[in-house]
Amino acid sequence: MNDMRELYQETILDHYRQPRNAGTLPGANRTAEGYNPLCGDRVKLYLQVEGGVIRDARFEGTGCAIATASASLMTESIKGKREDEALRLLEQIHGMVTDGSIAGDAGKLAVLGGVHEFPQRVKCATLAWHTLKAALDNAVEPVTTE
Amino acid sequence: MRLAELYAHPGDLQAQFWRTDFPILKTRVHGKPLVYLDNAATTQKPQAVIEAESRYYGNYNANVHRGIHRLSQLATDAYEMTRVKVQQLINADSPNEIIFVRGTTEAINLVAQSYGRGRLRPDDEIILSQMEHHSNIVPWQMVCQQTGARLRIIPVDDNGELQMDAFAQLLNARTRLVAVTHVSNALGTVNPVKAIIVLAHAHRVPVLLDGAQAIAHLAVDVEQLDCEFYAFSAHKLYGPTGVGVLYGKAELLDAMPPYQGGGDMISSVSFDKTTYNTLPYKFEAGTPNIAGVIGLGAAIDYVSAIGLDVLAEHEQGLLAHATAELAAVPGLRIIGRAREKIGVISFVLEGMHPHDIGTILDREGVAIRTGHHCAMPLMERFGVPATARASFALYNTRQEVRALVEAVRKAKEVFG
Repeated sequence: MNDMRELYQETILDHYRQPRNAGTLPGANRTAEGYNPLCGDRVKLYLQVEGGVIRDARFEGTGCAIATASASLMTESIKGKREDEALRLLEQIHGMVTDGSIAGDAGKLAVLGGVHEFPQRVKCATLAWHTLKAALDNAVEPVTTE
Repeated sequence: MRLAELYAHPGDLQAQFWRTDFPILKTRVHGKPLVYLDNAATTQKPQAVIEAESRYYGNYNANVHRGIHRLSQLATDAYEMTRVKVQQLINADSPNEIIFVRGTTEAINLVAQSYGRGRLRPDDEIILSQMEHHSNIVPWQMVCQQTGARLRIIPVDDNGELQMDAFAQLLNARTRLVAVTHVSNALGTVNPVKAIIVLAHAHRVPVLLDGAQAIAHLAVDVEQLDCEFYAFSAHKLYGPTGVGVLYGKAELLDAMPPYQGGGDMISSVSFDKTTYNTLPYKFEAGTPNIAGVIGLGAAIDYVSAIGLDVLAEHEQGLLAHATAELAAVPGLRIIGRAREKIGVISFVLEGMHPHDIGTILDREGVAIRTGHHCAMPLMERFGVPATARASFALYNTRQEVRALVEAVRKAKEVFG
């Protein structure tokens, strides 16, 4: 069961049970929806971007512990970041959950690293991040993990 | 396995013998013995099925219905022999009523397009149920778009049973077809299909039954049921993937245009006029999945030798046992408590998403399905995005039920 603890670290469980920045954002000027058609997980992301900086971020949706915690952790970490910084973080997370590489200081987001041992769960971890990219790109169509 | 326990459950003793027929059941997963409880998705294959396919390729591989040579004759005989085995399995009138297709999905699409498309008019109605698999929803939506016909839906009650009163009220002069599942893939409910057919026939409405989940778990008799169409897949009956069966009453099939054009489905072709072949070949264009059909024949031999009533009794014992064991786990809720079920248990755990349950069970060697089970309208009905589903086959045992329950308890531990 040790690898289960690796995947479901306390931080993940904490963010699953008490997601940060959950709900809608009335002042949002960027929104996007993400959907995983295989499992039905959904996330809607609201961003308030001013002068190229993400001032506020919130999300709502249904998903597993990995998907929910990833969205919660993401909203925490992108607040106050410039758009290009947020996108760099996305690259970093993507590398971390797909091949286990940790580039730079991932901080709290490092807890998502356990996912790379579970290829079937990578899409759960990346759903919110795909949605972030769509929001920053101002995508109109919902993005899917497929 | 403890001996005393074996003898306390004669079904398990039989199952232990049957298990030796399935080479894959010796597999270990993450260092644990494989506990395969995803049988509603696909069943494992007995050695006899694996060998039947291999024998065809190794000894008499040839195309069917064409060659005058020896191997073609052998292949044709084996292929056609399966048609007779299917006829006997479901008690059809004639082997000509057995059409080989790729699977249940293709069988339903065939009926939707070949039977439905030419007949349906704007505002005609097709009745489905709320518990259908997407493969018995989407083909009908497509034919509705093509013709202007509409879908009407039989609701499901809190136990996961069809509301028959509502069904009776849905039938009317515009109803052209009823297409319902014999057994629910997500809940395990066995539907009162005989009553459905009697009611539909009183309105002169034909009935298609999706038998994908029924065929391996209960005896199917299309003559007694009197359904117009019955569809199932070989791979849920211990046979190969990529093969399925459409049964149809001969007079309906005869009146239907071909579904696909090509070789084997014609009597003669010229650029002016093509004459179609007779049943069943009219619906089997192109070289079929010969090895798969031969494998299906071996699968039917296998289950027939055990007896569907014998394996059903074993599976019913497992279902009752597993239902009681799982219901005793705090925070676990079983979705689908129909009076009549096959060995399928859908459940949710408080505070845990089914995908997380699935991942943790997998590490314990326990294979279950998690997700919406291709039945999203049904998930919505029960207000859950997904469930975890354990589904049993003839080779499962009480020991495996214990492994399932222990793994579920471990999952709860991980989530504290």
